[in-house]
Amino acid sequence: MTTAIDPIVAHAIQSPQRGLKDRLRDWIPRLVLAPSFALVLIFVYGFNLWTLLISFTNSKAFTNFNFIGWANYAKLWTWTFETDPPSNWYTALVNMVVFGGLYVIFCLVLGLTLAILLDQKIRGEGILRPIYLYPLALSFIVTGTAWKLFLDPRIGLEKAVHDLGWTSFHFDWVVNPRMMIYCVAIAGVWQTSGFVMAMFLAALRGIDGEILKAAQIDGASAYATYRRIIIPMMRPVFMSALIILTHMAIKSYDLVLSVTGKNPGGAAELPSTFMYSYTFTRNQMAVGSASAVIMLMTIAAIMIPYLYSELREKN
Amino acid sequence: MAALEITGLRKRFGALEILKGIDISLEKGGFLVLVGPSGCGKSTLLNTIAGLESISSGEIRIGGQVVNDLHPSKRDIAMVFQSYALYPNMSVAENIAFGMEMRGVPKTEREKAVAGVAKTLQIEHLLNRRPSQLSGGQRQRVAMGRALVRQPRVFLFDEPLSNLDAKLRVDMRVEIKRLHQETGTTVVYVTHDQIEAMTLATKIAVLKDGELQQVGTPNEIYNSPSNLFVADFMGSPAMNLLDGMVTRANGASKIVIDRHDHPPIVLPLPESADSSKLSDGLKVIFGIRPEAVNDPESVDRNAKSVSTFDAKVEIVEPAGSDTYVVTRAAGKELTARMRADTEVHVGENHTFAFNLDKAVLFDPQSSRRL
Amino acid sequence: MTVAADALTAAPSREPTRHSTTTRVVIYGLLIVFAIIYLMPLVVMVMTSLKPLDEVTGGNMLYFPHDLTFEPWRKAWGTACVGLTCDGIKGYVWNSVKMVVPAVIISTLLGALNGYVLTKWRFPGHKLVFGMMLFACFIPFQSVLIPMATILGKLGEIGQTLIDATGYSFGFGNPTVNLVLVHVVYGLGFTTLFFRNYYETFPTELIKAAQIDGASFFQIFRRILLPNSAPIFIVTVIYQFTNIWNDFLFGSTFAAGDSSPMTVALYNIVNTSTGVTEYNVNMATAIIAAVPTLVVYILAGRYFVRGLMAGAVKG
Repeated sequence: MTTAIDPIVAHAIQSPQRGLKDRLRDWIPRLVLAPSFALVLIFVYGFNLWTLLISFTNSKAFTNFNFIGWANYAKLWTWTFETDPPSNWYTALVNMVVFGGLYVIFCLVLGLTLAILLDQKIRGEGILRPIYLYPLALSFIVTGTAWKLFLDPRIGLEKAVHDLGWTSFHFDWVVNPRMMIYCVAIAGVWQTSGFVMAMFLAALRGIDGEILKAAQIDGASAYATYRRIIIPMMRPVFMSALIILTHMAIKSYDLVLSVTGKNPGGAAELPSTFMYSYTFTRNQMAVGSASAVIMLMTIAAIMIPYLYSELREKN
Repeated sequence: MAALEITGLRKRFGALEILKGIDISLEKGGFLVLVGPSGCGKSTLLNTIAGLESISSGEIRIGGQVVNDLHPSKRDIAMVFQSYALYPNMSVAENIAFGMEMRGVPKTEREKAVAGVAKTLQIEHLLNRRPSQLSGGQRQRVAMGRALVRQPRVFLFDEPLSNLDAKLRVDMRVEIKRLHQETGTTVVYVTHDQIEAMTLATKIAVLKDGELQQVGTPNEIYNSPSNLFVADFMGSPAMNLLDGMVTRANGASKIVIDRHDHPPIVLPLPESADSSKLSDGLKVIFGIRPEAVNDPESVDRNAKSVSTFDAKVEIVEPAGSDTYVVTRAAGKELTARMRADTEVHVGENHTFAFNLDKAVLFDPQSSRRL
Repeated sequence: MTVAADALTAAPSREPTRHSTTTRVVIYGLLIVFAIIYLMPLVVMVMTSLKPLDEVTGGNMLYFPHDLTFEPWRKAWGTACVGLTCDGIKGYVWNSVKMVVPAVIISTLLGALNGYVLTKWRFPGHKLVFGMMLFACFIPFQSVLIPMATILGKLGEIGQTLIDATGYSFGFGNPTVNLVLVHVVYGLGFTTLFFRNYYETFPTELIKAAQIDGASFFQIFRRILLPNSAPIFIVTVIYQFTNIWNDFLFGSTFAAGDSSPMTVALYNIVNTSTGVTEYNVNMATAIIAAVPTLVVYILAGRYFVRGLMAGAVKG
């Protein structure tokens, strides 16, 4: 049971009589790790199971244990196809795809573009890079508040552009229920693209200089070098970024709340807000739990294969 | 017309001068090795020939054409790198063909060229694999294939064997030499390993701190080093370098090497030295390689000038094929290479013989050979 | 992890590619345009917070303040209304501090110990344990809200009983204590990840030498590992501080009302539906919320980036 010590050394250290004190000492590492592991086991895995259980009940305002089988999931399933008028769940799913898709794609594209630009031996990189990165330090609430003002048609962007002369400019997306979700995407991309840029820049810098020399000698133009050699070499980073961005998109809650304010009419509903409102405001806890479980399953489906492959090849 | 001609090449990086006036010329089919300690500028020099780095002044001609301002891909050169620099996301065949693709060579021609090169290097069975699936030696071959397929005027090698283990290094060295003999290409090769330099080169350029110390054939570099640095750098074990003094008495000139607790070694002037430069009382450094210090019986029969002396043996190192015997002179260790079965014992006196044909003298102030 | 982050900040070692002047103009142009876009929301926020209200509603958001005033800041700090109480944000800032400091300290220390055990005192199944703790980083918090609310409710009941019996609650049911518990538990995954990756590369020979010298588990931790862990401590503390300070979901769910953290108070101030929207006060509040993490980012940005990379790029 001695762990990191060579068997020979361990034998030398151990006294001939292994008393209680020695055995206790062997257990210390596990005892130290145990509380944390127990906390995680209970508060993460245990709680997830609990939520799963509740999703099979008909809990309303309080939890009960009247099991009704898959009924809540069936309800969500029907709601997925209720498009006219759209059910909250349908809106949430559509918004998830729209927001998630835009968020991920634009973060990747913008992050890659900025990284490639910064990789061109720019002077002043020390100033530019922090500028692209600082939004990450902000709370999503601060970000949302700032963008809500910035995009406000009466006092923000539309008004500013009008004052500068272009009077036919319209940009009322942030108060237009149909377009709100796009504003959330804009704010989200602004906040997170710097992070993606940082990841890509580190990957670009990590490329073996000799490969680039070989490409030069082979006569590849800068464009060909990026397209045929550098970007394909960055596939692992792309995957990492994609996974992290997707998981952040699914978890988005603070951002959508702060950009849309009190979310009038649920037009900018997302699964996260759906869960919250059904659980705490509409007193349909079981349905809320079911939606939470679905969120969890989606993330698990993305993260588990990724984590498994990462852990496996590392050791 | 020389295949490669470098005149007055200088490279400055800010206030620092990295290459200080290099002049080298290499004939077609020659194998030039740039050798020197780390930081001497040999890789930089290679990069300037390739066009990967710029020069501050001077001229580089490849095949008579001035290439100073030409892009690397237009200089008709090919390069093999220390880390092979294979494109990881492409197959071996694609790696070899990439340069041709960039130049617009049509597909059928590319495939033919790749097949030809693969046959020469015996890597046909690897054409569809990715670099990550190859061993070090295989990657090295692919890197050479990529260079070969270009049929360049000059091949450039940047320490290509440094990443291989000892045995593989020897095998690949022989391979490179064979390829050179078969194809007759002009090669510039950078290494810090002087054995590679000696075995592969037709011409060696020794560099130190950006300055050329000596350019010559391996024989010239080894037996007639132009200064102390070259003498010490080439050859393993290193040349013995002892402080001595010239004495001129009664028309006869001698070299005197002092020893602590022993009578000094007195030697006639080595043939290689320019006696006009040797005045009485001049301090010199006497250089002789361990293989020229022997038993009196083992000394080269054709040697014209041999001197013997007695000395106390300090260390005996049996190395299998030879035995290295170390004694002391002029306050320094003197290493002799003797036959493996020589009767030598630590602490005893033994007779040593200098083969003065091979000895050289240096001026301690200027480090140059006399 | 550090390799990647250092690659990001290291100076590029390749010879400059010779770009034509037009290309360089385009590159710099693009970078500057993006920099302006990234900075604009922050600049607008600051300027709006320094304008009197009529200038905000009547004027152009991009214009410099005409009548520069610090009144919005005074209001934000002292008299802004959060729900029914109009005491400004200062109390809530203190709430955040009370919550963040213990949460960061505890989760970081536990993470350090966990990382130590997982790398230097390996036991069978250590990869599984680590994997489970790692996955816990990525769960959507919606899936644990209901159980957590239930448990915290129970703790509140215990606290009430204790108060009735002894006059003290011993922290049970105290919202700040609840939040600290929540943040510690859900931060453990990340802190363990950071320290585990860091200690993985720490030479095990040092540990073995110490064991031969007779040092105990904790002595090795205290005398050998900790003194050499400054970089990862900084990274972890910064990461945890930023995340916990910026949290909204847990704060709004478990600590509503007077014990809310900063972010919740900010949201409430911005979204009060009574009376006139005081944009300038809202912006001032948002900036107050953002200042601590921004300052940390400006002072220790390098470590900030390392933290991001650690969570994202595995080695």
